[in-house]
Amino acid sequence: MFNEATVVGEVIQGLLPSFPYVVCVDDGSDDDSAAVARAAGAVVVEHPFNLGQGAALQTGFEYALQDPGLEAVITFDADSQHRVEDAVAMLERLRSGEADVILGSRFLDSRTKISPLKRLVLRTAAVQSSLSTGLELTDAHNGLRVIGSAVLKRLHLTQNRMAHASELIQQLAQIKPRIVEHPVEIVYTEYSKSKGQSLLNGVNILADLFFR
Amino acid sequence: MLFIVQTVLVLAVAVGALALMRGGTNARHLAIRRIMLMAFALVAVFSIFFPVVLTRIAQALGIGRGTDLVLYALIVSFMVFVASTAQRHRRMEDAVTKLARRLALDEAPHPDGDSTRPLRGACPSCHPRNDG
Repeated sequence: MFNEATVVGEVIQGLLPSFPYVVCVDDGSDDDSAAVARAAGAVVVEHPFNLGQGAALQTGFEYALQDPGLEAVITFDADSQHRVEDAVAMLERLRSGEADVILGSRFLDSRTKISPLKRLVLRTAAVQSSLSTGLELTDAHNGLRVIGSAVLKRLHLTQNRMAHASELIQQLAQIKPRIVEHPVEIVYTEYSKSKGQSLLNGVNILADLFFR
Repeated sequence: MLFIVQTVLVLAVAVGALALMRGGTNARHLAIRRIMLMAFALVAVFSIFFPVVLTRIAQALGIGRGTDLVLYALIVSFMVFVASTAQRHRRMEDAVTKLARRLALDEAPHPDGDSTRPLRGACPSCHPRNDG
């Protein structure tokens, strides 16, 4: 999380009844996000300065893997755009042995209200992703994922900023675990809209991916 | 003739950039970079004192004026500089990320709540066990 003090406490309190182990990576926030998250009951791992969302995700993975009893990791955005019910359902699917990785997709049902332009951009990204990796996914940039620990050990994200979502899919394509997609709802509140990536950020993502 | 010069210039950019991007940090690459810098400085000084010679060379290559040749050389060296700087910047970013992550993980409480246990991947001598 980066400067999410106003919402992160609520998000963590929403998660704790279903998931007792909540790890929150604070990516060098300027506000008191870390203190709020800690007060809400999460373990907070603090980057000394801002590194980017991809770096924070990898830090969270490595933190979780320190626990030898780790079964799976759920990646859940701190800005309250995901629903806990979706995460619970996804973890159940992983536990049933159906797949090693469950990826959230907002395009598998009609719950998510999304602007046509954003839909077009995300669908294009998904098509590009499936062409380049061979994985047929409908929503490559969804932050809600459940990843089994065996797969998690083999993920090494090096894209510090936003291109990590594509990098994660690329690495999954090489690891070849059993992947299923699960319909999730993305709640676009005014807050998450104001924090979310602008479409212009797509340019940065492409540059990060190609000029590496 | 101009086409040949253009081809050579483009090749020089590509090869130079690639050479400096691969491996990069070792002494050989550093030496190559320094040689190139010295050569560039020598040619620059030479061109200040003997602009006519430079123009002759340029004409022999089919590029009008000597200053144009200098411009092309400048563009090539600038491209190489940009490529190698970007590469070095990326390596530095990777190193900083790893360092910051290590720091973040070391400062966080261990997942099972036992802070005296050495963290996974840390060497025992860096994190001596308190309980022996």
